[in-house]
Amino acid sequence: MLAYTIYLSFAGALVLALWPRAWNAGARVFALVVALSGLAVALIGFTAARAQGTVAIADVAWVPQLGIHYTLAADGISRVLVLLTGIAAVAGILFSWKIGEESDDRANEFFAFFLALIGGVYGVFLSVDLFLLFVFYEIAIVPKYFLIAIWGSTRREYGAMKLALYSFAGSAMVLIGLLAAYATAGSHTMNLQTLALYPFPISFQMWAFPLVFIGFAILAGMWPFHTWAPTGHVAAPTAASMLLAGVVMKLGAYGCLRVAMTLFPHGLDPWGFSFLGLDSWRTVFALLAVIGIVYGAAVALVQNDFKFVIGYSSVSHMGLVLLGLLTLTQIGIDGAVLQMFSHGILAGLLFATVGRIVYERTHTRDLDALSKLQLAKAMPFAAWLFVVAGMASMGLPGFSGFVAEVQVLAGAWRAFPWFAVIAGVGIVIGVGYTWRAMQRAFFSDAPAVDASGTAVPVPKYEPITWAEMAGVLLLAGTSLLIGLYPRLLLDTIAPAVNALPHALLMGGRPW
Amino acid sequence: MVTNTINFAALFSITIPETIVEVMSLIVLVVDLGLLRRSAHTVRMAWACILGIAGCGLAAFWLSQHAQVADFAGNVLAATPLIAAAQIAILVLSTLVLLLSVKARFSRNPGEFVAIILLATTGMMLVSAARDLLVIFVALELLSLSLYVLAAFAKSSAQSAESALKYYLFGGMSAALLLFGFSYLYGLTGTTSLTGIAAALASQSVSPLLIVALVMVAAGLGFKVAAVPFHLWAPDTYQGAPAPVAALIASGSKVASFAVLIALTGGLLTPAYSQMPSWVVLLLCMAAASIVLGNLAALVQTSVRRLLAYSAIAHAGYMLLGIAANTQQSGAAVLYYAITYALTTVGAFGAIAIVERSAGSDRLDSFSGLSRRNPLLAGTMLIFLLSLAGIPPLVGFWAKFNLFAAVLHSPTAGHWGLALVAAALGASAISLYYYVQVLKRIYVLKPIQSEAMAVSPIELATLVFIAAAVVALGLLPGALSGWIPLG
Repeated sequence: MLAYTIYLSFAGALVLALWPRAWNAGARVFALVVALSGLAVALIGFTAARAQGTVAIADVAWVPQLGIHYTLAADGISRVLVLLTGIAAVAGILFSWKIGEESDDRANEFFAFFLALIGGVYGVFLSVDLFLLFVFYEIAIVPKYFLIAIWGSTRREYGAMKLALYSFAGSAMVLIGLLAAYATAGSHTMNLQTLALYPFPISFQMWAFPLVFIGFAILAGMWPFHTWAPTGHVAAPTAASMLLAGVVMKLGAYGCLRVAMTLFPHGLDPWGFSFLGLDSWRTVFALLAVIGIVYGAAVALVQNDFKFVIGYSSVSHMGLVLLGLLTLTQIGIDGAVLQMFSHGILAGLLFATVGRIVYERTHTRDLDALSKLQLAKAMPFAAWLFVVAGMASMGLPGFSGFVAEVQVLAGAWRAFPWFAVIAGVGIVIGVGYTWRAMQRAFFSDAPAVDASGTAVPVPKYEPITWAEMAGVLLLAGTSLLIGLYPRLLLDTIAPAVNALPHALLMGGRPW
Repeated sequence: MVTNTINFAALFSITIPETIVEVMSLIVLVVDLGLLRRSAHTVRMAWACILGIAGCGLAAFWLSQHAQVADFAGNVLAATPLIAAAQIAILVLSTLVLLLSVKARFSRNPGEFVAIILLATTGMMLVSAARDLLVIFVALELLSLSLYVLAAFAKSSAQSAESALKYYLFGGMSAALLLFGFSYLYGLTGTTSLTGIAAALASQSVSPLLIVALVMVAAGLGFKVAAVPFHLWAPDTYQGAPAPVAALIASGSKVASFAVLIALTGGLLTPAYSQMPSWVVLLLCMAAASIVLGNLAALVQTSVRRLLAYSAIAHAGYMLLGIAANTQQSGAAVLYYAITYALTTVGAFGAIAIVERSAGSDRLDSFSGLSRRNPLLAGTMLIFLLSLAGIPPLVGFWAKFNLFAAVLHSPTAGHWGLALVAAALGASAISLYYYVQVLKRIYVLKPIQSEAMAVSPIELATLVFIAAAVVALGLLPGALSGWIPLG
């Protein structure tokens, strides 16, 4: 059932690639229908399998000579992330509804790349064969380049190329690790579940684990490999930033958990010696994640470009995901997966507010310029929307972010008490940058009179369109729903985390 | 000389496909210079190409219909399924090159052009099957001389003449080195057959003379596959030669050269003799240098043909890793790589030729806005370049995966396998940059000329066919496994 999310998206992309130019305006409607049906499939698959563990979807021999199978299956973690992808896809199309209004804006190509990217993401979340996972992972990279380079803004070619090269460097590292595992195991299979049972030598795991982990973590925005993220987010068109922050960064975190940590659990074991207080790859990466949390938040505090604020906040929030994964505790990993979902929704909402609702009307993202526009009066909807989204993003109870962050910190408290404290500081800084951006952009007490003493009129902007309203309702509603009733997702996530390989949950030092 | 007698009947039965192509090249000449002497140029070109394609098709059909047995006709030529696969691939590549030259206007002598392409094809087929030093050398010369002439075929273009001269001077030197190396091998072992040489070398210790011989052979064949440091001709020839000829040099000639390299390595490195590492070290040095230099030099090119030439050098480096691994599996993987790479490159050169004709040069800027001037042509170029970069699910990715997996599986690759495979994968991440430079012009930048680009239906159909093959083989990589075993 869930496999149709992949097929629908790719079929839609193919149709749009061959779409006649004369029907430019129809492309977005078609894309929305495809994304909505993808979401419907994801939702049905999610609810139908609520009480179940791993659901097998497909298993066909693809390249039997190499032992590669087309194997799809979904456990709770996959199902949650597939649902997130469906929501992000629909919201992304709603917030790019402007594309297609002019006759030569290449709407069909835009939505074709968009759906191809979505199809790849669905594929990664559903693959069990590592090789298949890698194929989908790479398929998801190429459209990103074109989405940013063709339809982007600030330094778009630079941002797009940087993102593509970082992604490919990461995937080359992953491929080295996978090839080495394939050759070492010698069992002629790439099935994750089979390969995870193979006892790779500890010395092998000790270099393969960091290689593959970093390869994926580049895409998750782990400090110091995060620099593609802010530039890429800023350069990207709104829908692409929403997807980048919303689902693509999750691909990285998902790969860290699903491939690196599952395949090489003993790579997390202590080295047997301590260097500057670091005694295993686990603490090294946890330290990097904590640095990312604080660094991302601190840099977001001093940005003047509104989109950079959100871009760096993504780095900070993804640091929490990685920290949660590395706690190796049930509650920490639960929180990390929930944070992936929550950040996917909230980052999408923030980017939509900044990039679509505000920027498309004011044509500036500079906080100083925005502060002179009296946006709270001119655009009350946007102002209150940002208040709500910002509160949710900084972890206000009642929204999804709170439940996730509390769990991550609880897990981190057991595994790395000091890191938990520092991460808490990062979250407090998060309150700071959100307040600062909110105040500067919307509620600044800029003089309502100019130098000569005449009153500055409140600028008039286009009203909020139905597409924007629908997208906002979808994203904000989801976040609120999960915040008020987190068991909706946790009941699916927790059994899946509990079913992770025993060696993984018990690995590292005892708590 | 070898004492065994040659069974000429068996030899003839093995070389029937080559004979078909050879005879067809004569027929093309007769028809073109005799019957069609007074016809228009386009008609002559069309008939010459049709006849040439018919010859290739007939030979390929014969090959596919006759079971290939490992029958060494007096140790001169071998016929195995793998060789048949290489020969069929060469015939298909020549067919595609002929299809892409139907509309070419650089030559006033269609008959000669097609006849020489067919002669080169014969040379390639013989090279892939040859198992005797002398036959290898003669077949290589047939191939090389044909290609020198072809490279100079655009008589009115100074660039074409320059490229042919460079190709010829370097080629002549490398042929001399190769022959020199072969003569030492003969002196050491007293035989010219590869199996005989392997047997004789197994009972000798490594002598300085042998090392000299191996270096000479590596130099000769390194030239054919354009491996560093014998690559200097490649960028100039790829840039100056007429596009279909450049495509042939980059595709069929590569497949044939790698086929002979596989055979030579198999002969020189039989299991009993596997403790001799000097040949492997030579290959590895060439491979590493080619991967690094090819990928780095390609980053700064502004001519798309030169860019493809440097990328070809890098690809040759990847394949040399597979040659050095020297297992049956890695040999098949190299052949799979060479064939799929050649297919993609023919397509890329076809697209370049069309753009060049419209814009007047092959500079990167000529490709600006191609997606708006001709979306279909742009789409095929997208597929070719992404496949060369090794993006799944295109065939270039499978070729790389299969090759590197074979290298890692090789028992002799324990010391260097992982390090060099890691370097190759890292380099191929870099290679994405220059392929994307072309794609950026095609999809992102605005066109300089805005009118639609006219493309003849036959060229477009050929390119779409190749692109479809690249995608189809990417989705079903096992489709060729009847001929070339994967994994």
